[in-house]
Amino acid sequence: MRSRSVALRTISYLALFALAIFYLLPIYMMLLTGVKPFNEVDLKTMWHLPTAGLHFDNFAAGFKQLAPNIRNSLGMVIPEALLSSLLGSFNGYLLSKWKFRGSNLIFSLILFGMFIPYQSILIPLVKFMQFLGLYGDIPGLVLVHIIYGIPITTLIFRNYYAGISTEIIEAGRIDGANLFGLYRYVMFPLSAPSFAVVIIWQFTQAWNEFLFAVILTNQSHWPVTVALNNLAGSQLVQWNVLMAATLLAALPTLLVYIFLGRYFLRGLMAGALKG
Amino acid sequence: MTRRFNLRWTVVFAALVLMLIGIFSVNFLTQTPLKIAGTDYTSIGLLLGGLIFYAGIIVIVNQFENEKLLTIALLLPSIVAVAVFVYGFIAWSTRVSLSKWKGLLPDYTFVGLQQYINLFNDRRFTIDIRNTVVFTIGFLIGCIVIGLGLAILLDQKLKGEALFRGIFLFPMSISFIASGVVWGWLMNPATGSRITGINLIFQSLGLDFLISKWHTTSPPWGMAFTVIPAVWQLSGFTMALYLGGIRSISEEIREAARVDGASETQIYRHIILPLLQPVTLSAIIILGHMSLKIFDLIVALGNKDLRLDVPGIYMWTTTFDGTNYAQGAAIGIIMLLSVAVLVVPYLVYSIRTEAEI
Repeated sequence: MRSRSVALRTISYLALFALAIFYLLPIYMMLLTGVKPFNEVDLKTMWHLPTAGLHFDNFAAGFKQLAPNIRNSLGMVIPEALLSSLLGSFNGYLLSKWKFRGSNLIFSLILFGMFIPYQSILIPLVKFMQFLGLYGDIPGLVLVHIIYGIPITTLIFRNYYAGISTEIIEAGRIDGANLFGLYRYVMFPLSAPSFAVVIIWQFTQAWNEFLFAVILTNQSHWPVTVALNNLAGSQLVQWNVLMAATLLAALPTLLVYIFLGRYFLRGLMAGALKG
Repeated sequence: MTRRFNLRWTVVFAALVLMLIGIFSVNFLTQTPLKIAGTDYTSIGLLLGGLIFYAGIIVIVNQFENEKLLTIALLLPSIVAVAVFVYGFIAWSTRVSLSKWKGLLPDYTFVGLQQYINLFNDRRFTIDIRNTVVFTIGFLIGCIVIGLGLAILLDQKLKGEALFRGIFLFPMSISFIASGVVWGWLMNPATGSRITGINLIFQSLGLDFLISKWHTTSPPWGMAFTVIPAVWQLSGFTMALYLGGIRSISEEIREAARVDGASETQIYRHIILPLLQPVTLSAIIILGHMSLKIFDLIVALGNKDLRLDVPGIYMWTTTFDGTNYAQGAAIGIIMLLSVAVLVVPYLVYSIRTEAEI
């Protein structure tokens, strides 16, 4: 019995290690390629460790390619994440604590917006943004991300607020607080964890998003995903620079995941509705 | 709530001033663009003007001391936004898909279901459907088998569980574009002296028979290889779903089974796996609707290679490169319907069960 469980354990560890290698392979390759000097980059030796110490030429070259786009992405993602979390918080508060007839129906109708393939609304969206004069630039993209983010942000906040006991609300009302006062003095101070989840979620989503970005912005306002895809398709860029650039493009969300993974995971689970 | 009409004239006056400022600034900005130091702030100004106007309305509604009315008034911007940007646009797209709009100028001549009929007779679209089916099957099986396997492995109370969990989940934080670019290099199909990527590893390990042309294999099997990066990204998520499911099964049930003499394998087969069925259903719906929409990963990996075409890419190229708006809209609506069939029952069920609690 005992020896069998030891064997089982060893097999489990071996399986986990093998899978961990598979998962880390792309990151390992990007890092490895990134820290080699130009003259050591060769397809034949792409898996060899650098022999002449660490060099960051590839990262520098990759950054030079993507710097304006990283700036565009940051300029889009930061206001987007902050505004959409505020909006979601208020929606979630109203839909969980001030229910009215039909509020659940409204919530489900809003929720459906989370699942639609955006190809099904793309043509009207482009025409409408052109009509508003928001086509081609970052503010328009921010607006679009906020609007299509309403379902998920509302969902996360609504579920979070639903778990806060109604007694607190009742106590606040007896003290004379109205709808705004209850939000300002009771709910908002309790919402920090939820804000963390939503801000991180929206940040990652908008940073990684491609379809809206490629359709709604022109070249000088391209976010980083569009520029990276363009870089990958061009014949002029060395693959080693491309790998370094890819790692740079993935770095912000990767860092968010490494340091704030707990909150990221919660957003992920909320996306599964009943996780 | 008692309906008390408690109008205070100073507040109403302030509200009217707000609304006027809002209306005037919007009116002004639509005629004169707002430029500060070369950057165009018109859209932000318009938004602010609208917000000031809306604030005026809220101040007045607040005077009625009717909380139901106030709640609806406060929800209204989001409701209107979703109503327009989701439902309104879907209706508009549907209308475009029933027209013969081709070219830059809108042409709403009604042609019925002609675009849909054409699509189903279109070779490229049939290939797209086949590719989506291949991708969906591979993606679902890959994610669920690996995800469940990982969850069971991590449930064995091994050391370093948190570290492994982190490693399996991190690809989820990377964009499909970045993942497609990297895997495109790892799955480099070059052979002979230019052999590289994973094929190079296989060659140096003496596993030559594993060397593959990956996603450039002839159709339809090339599409099956695009599943690899997708599974790399989302099997960790599936694992997290299952792990949550396993952890919610009480230890007492397992203990009771052990007392009755059940082996660990039996416990998994007869107790845990059946209890995980709802998780599998959730996973199939979440992952399934993602794979029906799959777009950016294939764009980055295949670079618009027609052999790896999917409806999302066809919609993009036919609409924005080919200006065939009617056909593009029809593809969009077909994608929407395929997702709706999967998601709507699940959504209805989720809301219902929640209402019962």
